Formats: sequence, structure tokens, C-alpha cells
Amino acid sequence: MNMVDSAPAMHNLIGSESDSQRTLYPYVTGTSVVGIKYKDGILLAADMGGSYGSTLRYKTVERLKSVGKHSIIGASGEISDFQEIMRYLDELILYDNMWDDGNSLGPKQVHNYLTQVMYNRRNKFNPLWNSLVLGGVKNGQKYLGTVSMIGVHYEDNHVATGFGNHLARPLLRDEWHENLTFEEGVKLLEKCMRVLLYRDRSAVNKLQIAKITEEGVTISEPYALKTFWNFAAFQNPTAGAEGSW
Amino acid sequence: MTASESMPHKGGFSFDLCKRNEMLAQKGLKQPGFLKTGADTRATEGPIVADKNCEKIHYMAPNIYCCGAGTAADTEAVTDMVSSQLKLHRYHTGRESRVVTALSLLKSHLFSYQGHVSAALVLGGVDVTGPHLHTIYPHGSTDTLPFATMGSGSLAAMAIFESKYREGLCRDEGIKLVAEAICSGIFNDLGSGSNVDICVITKGKQEYLRNYMSPNPRTYISEKGYSFSKKTEVLLTKITPLREMVEVIEGADTMEE
Repeated sequence: MNMVDSAPAMHNLIGSESDSQRTLYPYVTGTSVVGIKYKDGILLAADMGGSYGSTLRYKTVERLKSVGKHSIIGASGEISDFQEIMRYLDELILYDNMWDDGNSLGPKQVHNYLTQVMYNRRNKFNPLWNSLVLGGVKNGQKYLGTVSMIGVHYEDNHVATGFGNHLARPLLRDEWHENLTFEEGVKLLEKCMRVLLYRDRSAVNKLQIAKITEEGVTISEPYALKTFWNFAAFQNPTAGAEGSW
Repeated sequence: MTASESMPHKGGFSFDLCKRNEMLAQKGLKQPGFLKTGADTRATEGPIVADKNCEKIHYMAPNIYCCGAGTAADTEAVTDMVSSQLKLHRYHTGRESRVVTALSLLKSHLFSYQGHVSAALVLGGVDVTGPHLHTIYPHGSTDTLPFATMGSGSLAAMAIFESKYREGLCRDEGIKLVAEAICSGIFNDLGSGSNVDICVITKGKQEYLRNYMSPNPRTYISEKGYSFSKKTEVLLTKITPLREMVEVIEGADTMEE
């Protein structure tokens, strides 16, 4: 291949003038989202924190949103890119409604759309810096999937993004089973969110749980989890050795 | 301080492992303090499993054991060294070793090497002052904790501890919890695998339960076993022991100066 021909093309792709147009690194970020299938549908949980680097800057960021009649989406990563994705999805649902043909996009289709968008942006070296969880119920069929910023996508009975993969997935693998009731599902999600609260530095103690069933979507009011800090070893850690830490 | 340790792999073995410790802090004098340490048994060299059944729970003193994550050579060497130092100290003082002694020796050694000795340790033991559990990071910082995990599988194991640990666990419950945490690491982390080793330390007694659980047995074993092909010529089936050439003379004169 002629090097002279490709050089300007490469320069344009990763050029310095167009750097202001590409997402190079995230600024305001949300942390993990955890989702599970349960008996009647899907449950998603996410906290309401938007971190600006190491500062917990925004504490009322809603990272769980409904999409059309049959799906809910949860996003972690760059919040502005999530808002952009919501605009794309609103447009998608709008065009779907304009067909007015009695059909509506289900969660599997929305998931596929998101995968294509994310992968396409990644190929242009301008990713939407998010990891998304997409869940929903249509015609009795439950669906729960995830897409990452590079377009990696899969569906499973339980998914998580970010730190949730390391801390929540092991718990879900152990304790998830088919036909969880709503209360059991919420309890399991809260267990995961509590571990994340203890061990993820960008987690805040203010979370929402979103539920979707055949009937529709409910996103709960924000609430906080109870935490326990009174272990004996924390009370007097240097009991055996004065002056150490 | 970061909770997850990513050890740079610069050749040599790497024990990217889980060490889980769980401590029973018993309040009151009725029951003795239990200390349980657990570890998996996988040693990796980059993407390859070098040793499927290595020992990661190292002896420091009769009442102190140390689990090591990070570079295997470093954890072995540093625990051996401090173990010898503790023994000399025991002879010198005439007393049982204390966990904080081992802690101070380890942390000052690791600090002086500024993190280049890539050993992340979970140190536990029961001494005259009670049961103790500490984590030691490669740069030399330490924590005192009711439960601790280190290594690549530490998040998976910590998820189990954070959700299921409570104070006042008895011996069997404690062992079960530690084994569960290690299994979480074994099955959810690629750097951990094979079997579960447990060490239970109580006042005056320790039990090293090697391969307490083996949740990864070989599934397909040929029933026939191995046999030589029929063409192999068997020459001789007699075993001839080699004879010693050295003759030791008792009561000989001492060597001349």
C-alpha cells in the first residue's frame, strides 16, 4: 500500500484538530449498574452518583430510564454520552410510534440497536463511553442484556457493569435462581449494592431500583442502604500493639 | 489505598491468588479466639498454570501463619526469612511469638525495598494478646481487619465476606465461610483455581487442612490406566541396590592439625 496515500487519512482519523470532537476520556461518570431477571420481569439497580474524577460531584443523577413500553436501560460511564444515547433512543421510539402499526420495539431489538450504535462509534475511534444494561419484557418473554463501549454485548440472567462485574457477579452466580420473587430479587440486588457501597470508592448511598414487567415500568424513589461499621477489630485495631496502625 | 492489587508480571512465577482470611473475634473469655486463613492452590506464569496444587499458606511460627499473594518467590522468601527471625527471637526471649512482631518485621522489610518485593500478605495468628489478622501490602503498609482478602480474586472473595460475615461465628461456620469465599475466587477469577487450603489457629493449637476442598477433580480418567505397548521388550525385572563405597570407621583418631 502506498504510504503517502494512507498518511493523510490516518492523520484525519486521529488528527489533533479533530480531537476536540472525539471522546478521549470520560469526565462525569456513573458507577456500576446491576440487573437480574426475576419471576415477573427484570430488576435493575443503580446508585445516583455522578463523579467528576475523584469528587462525588452530583448525587441526583438518574441512571435508570425507561425506553418505550417494553424496556428499561441503565448506564454507567460518561453521563453526557448517556444523555446522547437517550436522545437516540427517544428518536428511535418516536419513529417506531409514527409507523402506528400496532407493533412496538421490544428489548431485544433496542439492545441490538444499541450494540450497532456502540460498535459503529468505536470503529470511528469516537466511542460513547458507557456500559449499558438493557432489560425488558415483551409478550411474556424476559430479556436482559448488556453492551459495553466497544460493542461487546451479550445477554444473561444477571448482568453488571464496571465494578459490579467483580463484586456483584460472583454473588449473583451463587445466589440467583429462576423464579425469584420481587422481594427476593430486591434483597439480592440490595446485597450486591451494599457490597459495592463498601468497596467501590465512587459509589454513593442513594440508589434506585427499576422494575419492568408485562404491566409496565416502575422506577423507585431514591433510598439509602443500612451499613454496619461496628466490627470489634475496627474499634481498637492497635489493641495488641500500641503505636502501630 | 487501592484494594485491588495488580502485580506486574515481569517473568518468574506469579501467585495471582486469593488469600482469604476471616477472623473470629470472640468477645468474652468463654470461647477461645479462632483465626481461619484460607487460600487456593493455583500458581500462574502469565496465562499458564504453573502449579496446580501449590501451598500458599506459609508457616511463620507455631501460632502464626501467613498467606501470600503476588510473586511466589517473594512471598516464599520473605515469609521464610521472617519465620527464621521469629524463631531466633523466641530463643532469645523464651516466649511465644506475637503476631505484631511478625507484622513489624515484614512491613519494615517490604518498605525498605520500596514495593519491589512483590509480596501481598495476609498474616494471622493467635498469641497471648488474642487473635489478630493483618494485611500487608508490597509497599509496606498494613491494616488490621476482621476479615481480609488479597490477590486477583480478592474482589470475588471480598463480596462473599462483606455480605455474609458476622461476629460470633463458630469454628465450623467460619471454615465454611472462608471456603465459600475461596471458591468464589476459584470459580469467578481466572488467576485462582484448583483446591482450597484452610488453616485454623486457636490458642495453643493449629490445624492445617491441606486440600480441605477439591472442587475441581479430573473428570475423565481412563479406566484402563496406562500400560506399555505389547512390543516393548522387558529386559530384566530385578532391582539392584547401589552399594555404599564409603566406610565409616568408628573411634578413629581426630584429624591432625
